[in-house]
Amino acid sequence: MSKKNKKARIQLILLRTLAYAFILLLCAMCLFFFVMLILMSSRSNSQLQGAFSISWGGHFLQNLRNAWTDASINIPRGMINSLIVALSSALLTTYFSALTAYAIHVYDFKLKNAIFTFIMAIMMIPSQVSAVGFIQLAYKFGLTNKLWLLIVPSIAAPVVFFYMKQYLESVLPMEMVEAARIDGTSEFRIFNDIVLPIMKPAVAVQMIFSFVGSWNNYFMPSLLLTKAEYKTVPIMIAQLRSADYSKFDMGKVFMFILLAILPVMVVYSLLSKSIIKGVTSGSVKG
Amino acid sequence: MKKTEGKRRRKSVSYSKWAYIFIAPFFISYIIFTLTPQILTVYNSFFENYRDGLTQIGPNFVGLGNYQKLLTPDSAGVIDVLKYFGNTMLLWILGAVPQFAVALLLAVIFTSSRLNIKGQGLAKSIIYMPNLIMASAFSMLVFALFNNIGPVNKLLISTGLIDKTFDFLTVKVSVRALIASMNFLMWFGNTTIVLMAGIMGIDQSLFESAEIDGAGSLHVFFDITLPLLMPILSYALITSLIGGIQMFDVPQVITAGKGTPNMANTTVIMMLNNFLSISKNYGMAGALSVLLFIITGILSMFVYRQMAKQYKR
Repeated sequence: MSKKNKKARIQLILLRTLAYAFILLLCAMCLFFFVMLILMSSRSNSQLQGAFSISWGGHFLQNLRNAWTDASINIPRGMINSLIVALSSALLTTYFSALTAYAIHVYDFKLKNAIFTFIMAIMMIPSQVSAVGFIQLAYKFGLTNKLWLLIVPSIAAPVVFFYMKQYLESVLPMEMVEAARIDGTSEFRIFNDIVLPIMKPAVAVQMIFSFVGSWNNYFMPSLLLTKAEYKTVPIMIAQLRSADYSKFDMGKVFMFILLAILPVMVVYSLLSKSIIKGVTSGSVKG
Repeated sequence: MKKTEGKRRRKSVSYSKWAYIFIAPFFISYIIFTLTPQILTVYNSFFENYRDGLTQIGPNFVGLGNYQKLLTPDSAGVIDVLKYFGNTMLLWILGAVPQFAVALLLAVIFTSSRLNIKGQGLAKSIIYMPNLIMASAFSMLVFALFNNIGPVNKLLISTGLIDKTFDFLTVKVSVRALIASMNFLMWFGNTTIVLMAGIMGIDQSLFESAEIDGAGSLHVFFDITLPLLMPILSYALITSLIGGIQMFDVPQVITAGKGTPNMANTTVIMMLNNFLSISKNYGMAGALSVLLFIITGILSMFVYRQMAKQYKR
């Protein structure tokens, strides 16, 4: 081996070590908060008031019971509310975005291009711009504290539409639609029974993103849901912040936080691969 | 798609009915729940309409009065909305600079065939994870860790790094640092993945021929990767900026909605939230929303142009 080659090899090993160290450091940073959360939620309030320690506190189940049965923050109710909103939104958003994308993709009609351009144009308008009018209307018609008001608007999701449209272009052969038509299948059945199954991967990815987005959503729900029994998880978590923490059971607080992020973490640990693929292959096409 | 164009046109007439039926739910929902509220927002911005204690003031038509009020300095000579916009931008920049620097470096490392990094799948899963965590819960966690009696203060005192409690949540610099670090942590994984896709989209033969020519890594990065990545990098940057302008959950929860200290961490959307939740000031909230709409609209034009270009390709 020549001297030059040897030098290059050493350099490469050095670079590689640095790269791995850098990646490890970043991964550790990302996991740090999660690990801290689990450790802290195992510690009783008096342990947390005492000296700092990262050892397992042994009060995990106690904290879980305390948090679950807390009188002022009804976390089980919040989780059910969040689940209702997030699941329904995810279903509506993916189904109707796929349906709209299919219509624009398959049919030729007069307004086709105008509609496509319109949806693209409204895609980036931040949701807060409609918030003022939305809140005003909700109060005017007495629709505060109605979970459906957070669900139904998700039928129109321009970003999801765009993703579905791109996906259809890459997977749906027109011959398939035409063959089904010759067989006499109705247009609606063609979409539901033939096209939707083909779109399964795209639907799954968008359902996850939509579920997570809705589960974590704080701004709109906090303005609309004022009664305790309708509050979703993020509102309850934010409420903890204004409590007097010097008198609060901090073990319980850590447990509330853990419960709030747990469903998303479970979904993510099962499906992280397809979720990450979804980040690049749609709305942010590389 | 092109190939089937002719066939489709022949059949188009009888099927266009279905097209309108299929897109109807989307558009009806959009018109009721988004477009109407948006128009109402703009309409509101021309009216004085708020609650003062228990009395309702207005709605009275005031023309551009709300905009004028929004942009008039207070007794101390401060224009609140500009201050909050400045806060928002500062918080965004503090998070975005490390976010993009780290993401760019990571994307290059992950895609380098020379380094040939193993375990990428797992690493990507871990760095993307914070992006999915509920921002309000993450903020509450940071608060629970960093408050006066929290574990971080205990640790710093017990190790002798500080001799008395440091109140992370009332000092301007540390609150900003916390918010920016959280934004960094929540978004660098996402940006890494987007940029990686961008780098992998670059013609690989360019890298190969550069290697044959004996070009160094830095040379390759600045003369091939960066210029060819520019469209996607600028796209990612502007979408991040649009997201940054909408920053709300993290500073809202960390500062309990107060933007402590002294409104130095109040963002534009926190101001909007105060108009909506406390004083029900639809007039001022409307005017602020219209300003936000104009700013994000201009920024979105760039994103839209970028996407249209990608789409044509």
